[in-house]
Amino acid sequence: MSLLEVKDLKTYFYTDAGVGKAVDGVTFSLDKGKVLGIVGESGCGKSVTSLSIMRLVDPTTGRYEGGSILFEGQDILKLPEKEMRKLRGNRISMIFQEPMTSLNPVFTIGYQIEESLILHKGMDKKQARERAVELLELVGIPEAKKRVEEYPHQLSGGMRQRVMIAMALAGDPELLIADEPTTALDVTIQAQILELLKSLQKKLDMSIIIITHDLGVIAEMADEVAVMYAGDIVEKAATRELFDDPKHPYTIGLMNSIPDVEEDVERLRTLEGLVPSLYDMPAGCRFAPRCRFACAECEKQRIRLTELAGGRQVRCRRYEQ
Amino acid sequence: MSEVLVDVKNLKKYFPTSEKDKVVKAVDDVSFRIFKGETLGVVGESGCGKSTTGRLTLKLLEPTAGSVSFKGQDLSGLKRKDMRALRREMQIIFQDPYASLDPRKTVFQILAEPYRIHHPEMSREQIYEKVTGLIDCVGLRPEHIYRYPHEFSGGQRQRVGIARAIALNPEFVVCDEPVSALDVSIQAQVINLMQDIKKEFNLTYMFISHDLRIIKHFCDRVMVMYLGNIVEIGSKEAIYEKRRHPYTQALLSAIPNIKSKDKGERILLTGDIPSPVNPPSGCPFHPRCSQCMEICKKEKPVLRTMEDGTQVACHLELS
Repeated sequence: MSLLEVKDLKTYFYTDAGVGKAVDGVTFSLDKGKVLGIVGESGCGKSVTSLSIMRLVDPTTGRYEGGSILFEGQDILKLPEKEMRKLRGNRISMIFQEPMTSLNPVFTIGYQIEESLILHKGMDKKQARERAVELLELVGIPEAKKRVEEYPHQLSGGMRQRVMIAMALAGDPELLIADEPTTALDVTIQAQILELLKSLQKKLDMSIIIITHDLGVIAEMADEVAVMYAGDIVEKAATRELFDDPKHPYTIGLMNSIPDVEEDVERLRTLEGLVPSLYDMPAGCRFAPRCRFACAECEKQRIRLTELAGGRQVRCRRYEQ
Repeated sequence: MSEVLVDVKNLKKYFPTSEKDKVVKAVDDVSFRIFKGETLGVVGESGCGKSTTGRLTLKLLEPTAGSVSFKGQDLSGLKRKDMRALRREMQIIFQDPYASLDPRKTVFQILAEPYRIHHPEMSREQIYEKVTGLIDCVGLRPEHIYRYPHEFSGGQRQRVGIARAIALNPEFVVCDEPVSALDVSIQAQVINLMQDIKKEFNLTYMFISHDLRIIKHFCDRVMVMYLGNIVEIGSKEAIYEKRRHPYTQALLSAIPNIKSKDKGERILLTGDIPSPVNPPSGCPFHPRCSQCMEICKKEKPVLRTMEDGTQVACHLELS
């Protein structure tokens, strides 16, 4: 059985501008010990997907309008908030893009890690402190015993992200969601953090969902990739297959937009146009307005995710039988 | 060798800190030249001084020491009035197009401003013609000129930023992380636009970025900075293929590999970038360098010129 199964998830936002269909029928599953990458550009729904799994979508505007999220067979969307709290930060945890804004500036990092240990694991203060130091050592923070007393502003960006990872690991999670974990970091520090996440994933046999706009990060980390566009998954495949042979015109366009370090091109091939507005989605294929293969047929109705050989999926009329 | 457009000599910029006797050495003695018609890429991680160097080059910041010459003219001695005239020829495109466009002005007002200031003799009709020409040139539509910055997407806003930079027909444009805030598919559009504009207006670019892939694609020569110093400067080919400086090697090997299957040996740097308030003795890179020698801890290496013209600041034996 899969650890996580997301089925036809719909997360909509109700605002003055109308109904924003941020996530509109997303389906995927994740096995134990695997790394799934979700890649896409701003507004494609990748972060809302992850917040939905944590059930952290802002309840004043956002609503889960359909589908289910099964975590070990149990539908998260139907759990009472009290039960959800036992999962969140414990069996499912999350790390965010900007470690400075996700850490509380007025508490020591030790205190912030211990909080979750005391809450979820029922440890006393002394046990929690010991475990916090262990966790900081696990994520490669030197002089952990000393650092545990420090405040977030005393740490560099890379160190803060390590602290965030330590906090996320406090509950021994089975699933770690990493939302743009290295976007705010410099390349050499990004390389360190990705290396750390990879080694932790193996050591602790966790499943990871890594959400990013950076195909390079996906290539480094993920076993499988889902490419999102305008609230839909447009393509899903094993990482190597996706990079060797992308099928969906959007995936191809995305890859062509990135200059290759190995080979020089005169001009970058670009995707023309813009992502459609959440409040005004095209009726048919959402990528059609920017697609060079688009025809009248594409604009008629929504395109289904077609299963191809080898278990990969693509949402494109050209692959429908 | 083609004509030198910008000549930077021993440039330093120290910023004061709250502690009296401590300064941030943001740029610590850099010298380089930019040739007419080329694109010089400046790459490095946060705090390496690349943006400060860009601003010093345009005299948007006053240097602590050293000089910048533009077309043979030393900027430091210039009077305000003369500097203003020179500003027409040197422009900047900023990273965040939202922060650098006045939210209360329409695109027309934003783009008309350079003409109003520098060409007060122009009539409204003439300005209108110029602005619509610019708008067309950067791929926006005529009806866009009456809109406000918030009505545009990030990529479109950056197009407005580019239009403003080229309004007065400059010769030299500093591009400070011009696509870092944009989505990848939009990045490619803006990069292509900047390439077209360079050709059309015969521009010389100083292109500041932390993105090594874009630098490789866009630039002719590359300057690698670390902690306020130039560690290596040379042709794009020399920098990316020879990889002489250990920091350049680490930086290039840290780029996540997308297309090729073999991942190659990654050089993982340990530790963080040291603080520019208290930089290491000797070579600024020595605490993170895997090939550090005794001399590196004591003596700061100077830029040495290699056979192919590349300059490298390293004590290692290089060729």
